[in-house]
Amino acid sequence: MKKTGKYIMAIAALLLGFVFITPIWTIDMEAPQYPEGIGMEISINKIEGKSKQDLQNINGLNHYIGMKPITPESIPELKIMPWIFGFLIVSGLGIAVWGNRTALLFWIILFILLAIAGLVDFYLWGYDYGHNLDPNAAIKIPGMTYQPPLIGSKQLLNINATSLPGFGFYVSLLSMGLATYVYWRSKPDTK
Amino acid sequence: MQTKKQNKRLLWWSIPLIAVLGITLYGCPSQQNLAGSSDAAQKVYVAPGEHDEFYGLFSGGYSGQLTTYGLPSGRHLYTIPVFSQAPVSGYGYSEETKPMLQTTHGFIPWDDAHHPELSQTDGVPDGRWVFINANNTPRVARIDLGNFQTAEIIEIPNAAGNHASPFVTVNTEYISAATRFSVPMDENTLENEDVAISSYAENFKGTLSFIKIGEEGEMSIDFQILVPGFNYDLSHAGKGPSEDWAFFTSYNTEEAHTLLEVNASRNDKDFIAAVNWRRAAELVANGEGREIPAEHYRNYIDHDEHRAKSELIETVTVLDPTENPGIIYYLPTPKSPHGVDVDPSGRYIVGGGKLSSVLPVHSFEKMIQAIENEDFEGEVDGIPVLNYDSVIQAEVENAGIGTLHTEFDGNGYAYTTAFISSEIVKWSLETFEVVDRIDTYYSPGHLMIPGGDSRQPAGKYLVALNKITKDRYLPTGPELFHSAQLIDISGDKMELLLDFPTDGEPHYAQGIAADIVKERQVRFYPLEENNHPDAVKSEADTRVVREGNEVHVYMTTIRSHFAPDNIEGIQVGDKVYFHVTNLEQDWDVPHGFAMLGAQNAELLVMPGETRTLTWEPKKVGVFPFYCTDFCSALHQEMQGYVRVSPSGSDVPISYGTGD
Repeated sequence: MKKTGKYIMAIAALLLGFVFITPIWTIDMEAPQYPEGIGMEISINKIEGKSKQDLQNINGLNHYIGMKPITPESIPELKIMPWIFGFLIVSGLGIAVWGNRTALLFWIILFILLAIAGLVDFYLWGYDYGHNLDPNAAIKIPGMTYQPPLIGSKQLLNINATSLPGFGFYVSLLSMGLATYVYWRSKPDTK
Repeated sequence: MQTKKQNKRLLWWSIPLIAVLGITLYGCPSQQNLAGSSDAAQKVYVAPGEHDEFYGLFSGGYSGQLTTYGLPSGRHLYTIPVFSQAPVSGYGYSEETKPMLQTTHGFIPWDDAHHPELSQTDGVPDGRWVFINANNTPRVARIDLGNFQTAEIIEIPNAAGNHASPFVTVNTEYISAATRFSVPMDENTLENEDVAISSYAENFKGTLSFIKIGEEGEMSIDFQILVPGFNYDLSHAGKGPSEDWAFFTSYNTEEAHTLLEVNASRNDKDFIAAVNWRRAAELVANGEGREIPAEHYRNYIDHDEHRAKSELIETVTVLDPTENPGIIYYLPTPKSPHGVDVDPSGRYIVGGGKLSSVLPVHSFEKMIQAIENEDFEGEVDGIPVLNYDSVIQAEVENAGIGTLHTEFDGNGYAYTTAFISSEIVKWSLETFEVVDRIDTYYSPGHLMIPGGDSRQPAGKYLVALNKITKDRYLPTGPELFHSAQLIDISGDKMELLLDFPTDGEPHYAQGIAADIVKERQVRFYPLEENNHPDAVKSEADTRVVREGNEVHVYMTTIRSHFAPDNIEGIQVGDKVYFHVTNLEQDWDVPHGFAMLGAQNAELLVMPGETRTLTWEPKKVGVFPFYCTDFCSALHQEMQGYVRVSPSGSDVPISYGTGD
């Protein structure tokens, strides 16, 4: 790796620091009763309402269809993910210093696998929330499930839910892209 | 029994009467200065979902409340409970709000609210608070425009009929209060006395009060000025060059105590009292004035605990003008003046010469000159009376009959209501000549231009607040809402745009650009900031506690249930306190609480708030309570039961929401 490559790799690793301060995914909901919308922001370590009280209000609405309340403290991934990203940053910086191309390739592959795993995990949570409903729910519509879309919009009763990647996700993609660029431009390691 | 002949005679007599009525009432609609109706419709059209340009804050008069309208649409937005109990929300019924209506006469459930006045900064309405007076049992209220709720009410001692109130000084240093009905006052203590009414001239006195406004809006009576026993009618503080002064109209300088309509209308001139409040305040600050016992209540919302508290204040400081010369002068003003209005420049003081054929305009500059020159035509009880000819700037001719109130457009024009000739007259502050006039329907009292009594009026719309409605709307039997008319004053000619009924009897009103107030709005009360001692923050903490004959139910609401919703162990003879905390943290999700047989009202509990209703069950059985505000799709399911057993029953207290 040349000097420039090392710098870019260092930037790629440091960029991941953004996921600690910006959400990686957002779910916006629109309903006639919420003209200004309500929504959730999913970060690697927490789930918050777009406005302070949104999560409480979303849970309030969800209890009518028997959905489990979304309680961030019961989701173990929110405790694991900061360590994963911490590892990616530290190892990424290490690779930038070391300049080893093969290690970089492993880093990129690991990152991609983790990202896929994360999306699958997110889908499974969504599936669980949307399908495992309290049989005593007030509102029961035969055949109706309430899984939010992984990406895109879906009408769920009176609520139009739109799920989109957040800033943290795009920064992660950029980081991944920069790392791949460095890998692509650098010459194979010499023994 | 009338004979046929008499009937015939009556018929003949009525012909000229019909002719006269026909002429006076002829073709009302066609004579209205109505902008082309589609043009007018467009000017007042606020599309669905759009907001009005101005808030209009209209006094409720004998409703005791303050009503809020959007202008120019005339949409009724909200009614703020102030001096009257409001079963609609439980204001004045709930334990948290009852103290707001405490006075030295006891709990007063009603009043007559006349003049809203916005707080000002630098002579311009700032949207923090609106003050309003209680005319009957003298009080002043402060309403917080962050949540449109009454935040404070202070009682005015040594006064009766608080009408000339509450007009603000340019930086809301003070608001005014005054005696409309002079009453007997002990020479030393100013206490009301058991004397013959016919001893009026000898014993009856009035006071002008200056209520100091603190940083957070808190009100305290800084001082009262003892004045002769006239009727003090209206007030306005000066601005610009006159900002250290406040002006009060008086009538009944005849000091009549019976049949005032005749006996108080004899003098050619009554007075406008000019009070140098700055000087008076300085005197008081320097220890002048006499502190006398004068118990009065100050009731205020403790924002931390979300509930009203009453505090009894023992004394007040009184200034006697005979001992403190230079704080008050009388400006002779024709024929029982009603309103007193100061133009935006602060140079002119307009008196509403109710029974006068001209509209008198005093000059502040000339007034100061006359004071310096001691150009007095006499004195009343030690108060110098300035020479009329020395202080008058102009007498506006042909300003209508029964002129009452004046507001300003900030473009050099004044607008005056004429009650008897039922019109608004526009006149120039340069030439003092009438330039336009428009009929109103019927008989306007006050008028309002947003900021029209401030240094910076928004001279776009004028609202005429009429006293007589008659045929303007679909009839509703003998009792009709009062009528307001919105008039476009942006052009040379005034144009009638809109007619709308109003709640109660609006006297004065205030208007303010919507944006100033909108940005202050509270949407709900954060639960974590609710320090009400009886609040419960989660369903886990809900409980029912018996203390002798009192039972306290600590209850929560959230869509769509109460916790607890089954309560047993209540007995006939108990006094049950339902402390209801609304756990919602979402805009516009109040929950209601109504208990069968409760002899008070419902509770309407805002998100994050705690309200308490008492209930004294009289009968044995199981009684439901329910949510009165359609909160959610399962609102109809939001209910509960209380089991009431006979007195002395051994059914234990139990409660819950099932397993």
